[in-house]
Amino acid sequence: MEFLVASAVGVLTAVGVYLCLRGRTFPVVLGLSFLSYAVNVFLFATGRLVVGRPPIIDPAAPGYTDPLPQALVLTAIVISFGMTALVVVLALRAFLEAGSDHVDGREPGAEGRR
Amino acid sequence: MSHWIIAPVVVPALVAAFIVLVARFDLHLQRTVSIAATIGLLAIAVGLFLLAEDGIPRPYLLGNWPAPFGIVLVLDRLSALMLLLAQILAVAVVLYAAAGWDRQGRHFHALFQFQLMGLNGAFLTGDVFNLFVFFEVLLIASYGLFLHGAGAARLVTGFKYVTVNLVASTLFLFAVGTIYAVTGTLNMADLAVKAGQVGPDQLGLLRTGVALLFVVFAVKAALVPLHLWLPGTYGVACAPVAALFAIMTKVGAYAILRVHHMVFGGEAAPAAGLAEPWLVPAAVLTLILGTLGLLAARSVQRLAAFSVIASMGTLLLVLAVPGPDAHAAALYYLLHSTLAAAALFLLADLLAERRGSVRDELVAAPAFPQLDLLAGGFLLAAIATTGLPPLSGFLGKVWILDVLRAHPVWPWLWAAILATSLLAVLAFARAGSLLFWKSTAVGATAEADPPPRARPALPLVATAVLVAAPVLLAASAGPIARNLEATAAQLHDRAAYVEAVLGPQRLARAGEE
Repeated sequence: MEFLVASAVGVLTAVGVYLCLRGRTFPVVLGLSFLSYAVNVFLFATGRLVVGRPPIIDPAAPGYTDPLPQALVLTAIVISFGMTALVVVLALRAFLEAGSDHVDGREPGAEGRR
Repeated sequence: MSHWIIAPVVVPALVAAFIVLVARFDLHLQRTVSIAATIGLLAIAVGLFLLAEDGIPRPYLLGNWPAPFGIVLVLDRLSALMLLLAQILAVAVVLYAAAGWDRQGRHFHALFQFQLMGLNGAFLTGDVFNLFVFFEVLLIASYGLFLHGAGAARLVTGFKYVTVNLVASTLFLFAVGTIYAVTGTLNMADLAVKAGQVGPDQLGLLRTGVALLFVVFAVKAALVPLHLWLPGTYGVACAPVAALFAIMTKVGAYAILRVHHMVFGGEAAPAAGLAEPWLVPAAVLTLILGTLGLLAARSVQRLAAFSVIASMGTLLLVLAVPGPDAHAAALYYLLHSTLAAAALFLLADLLAERRGSVRDELVAAPAFPQLDLLAGGFLLAAIATTGLPPLSGFLGKVWILDVLRAHPVWPWLWAAILATSLLAVLAFARAGSLLFWKSTAVGATAEADPPPRARPALPLVATAVLVAAPVLLAASAGPIARNLEATAAQLHDRAAYVEAVLGPQRLARAGEE
């Protein structure tokens, strides 16, 4: 399971970094989403990988799983959800105002119209 | 436990909500409430500053949960100092904005108050995860403020600014997760204890987390090569927002001081010597690139943006030197450079407003009203920024040169600082002569194009407050220096901080382990 989780985080991060470096705004937005997925899975793993245990100390259960990373992940999800919405709207407005969805606001090779 | 400690976070949050919900369509009410709240916050910050003067760190336990389990805010000399600086800047900015900038878009005052909430929280928090949360609060507010007034240039630059900061936030979470996985805590005082007890098998992981955290703070502090977001952002933001952003880079410097020098600092610390070898060359490069930017700048606002980068280079150079002496000098320069840069941004806008179609570009243009007044202000701000005597820039740089002698390659660092200061003087002298002397030489006043409107006095007053700051900092340098030395000494007294937050018995137990 360690291998599965670790490679999932690694692949998500690699995809996210690659997409963030693209020249159009839409892949960049997707890249940011992938990065936030990667960090959410990573944060879950920081409380150690435990399966089928309650997040509180229960004498009947054989052990417990660390509840704090789950709280951290919730905070991170809320923030990244809101930020994704903001960045989508921002990309759309920039496209409508500048007439190009390139991150520089103009097509590569075109003369600047700023 | 003084409940005033949480007021700098709660008051702006409530005021912002009030402005959005109640005063939505009433700009006058928004201005009144926002200005009153900011002045009230300044009074609270002064009170907290005086409270922290006794040198005892004061934890504030939210919900009265004991320290490493609940959320804590901690008021010590450093956080009180940063609070005071932020509120002084905020009062000047809100007065400036209330003269008309806040009409350019909606919700300026609400976003402004949320920004203050984030800044104050970041300075007060005693918990690394809450540092992340308050960073997010101040960043989200800053996205809104940055886009204030809209326009294609701001939207395109805004997308990059948001993207860079979102990637940095992701890295922050990775760093926080790694540190939590190793130590099992995120409370700063608890981390300071636990980081020393990490076994050799986990040390590499902890150092990775601490290094990642440093990269995040370096992005905020615009350290080369992570500075690329800054000139565009500060160059196109509207003036009061750019002036407020002058403190945003300093939040990065504050976080480096707090986390790297206090929590993970000290000789035996696991993270010792992690960033310093990289920090010195990167800071020198920041200084040089910022100064070259000054020479290449074609408008006053760009000039101010690059002066922020150059001053961050100087500041981070001192942060690479360990020890309280160096950090007292760094704090003095931090106070000075924040207020001087903000003054320059506001002056750029005053100039742009008066010079008609050329705005604040560095070209000769016909003379404009109130030229002498603005020329005087620009002269003072330029003297302060470049570090000429007798203002605080000079005192700050001399103090920095003095503490840098402790560094092995100090002759090179001296050469870098002195040479870039000379180039900065050149850049500002050229800008000043173009703006003011050559303008009068062109002759005929530009009375023709804009009809002379009644000019509100409020922006001039707000700018004057910021321009006067370097004068005051220089005039009262003695008492301020003594205070900053005490602040830096307290920052390095890790045991007192841990004891104040976690209680004495816990420290003793940590010693036994």
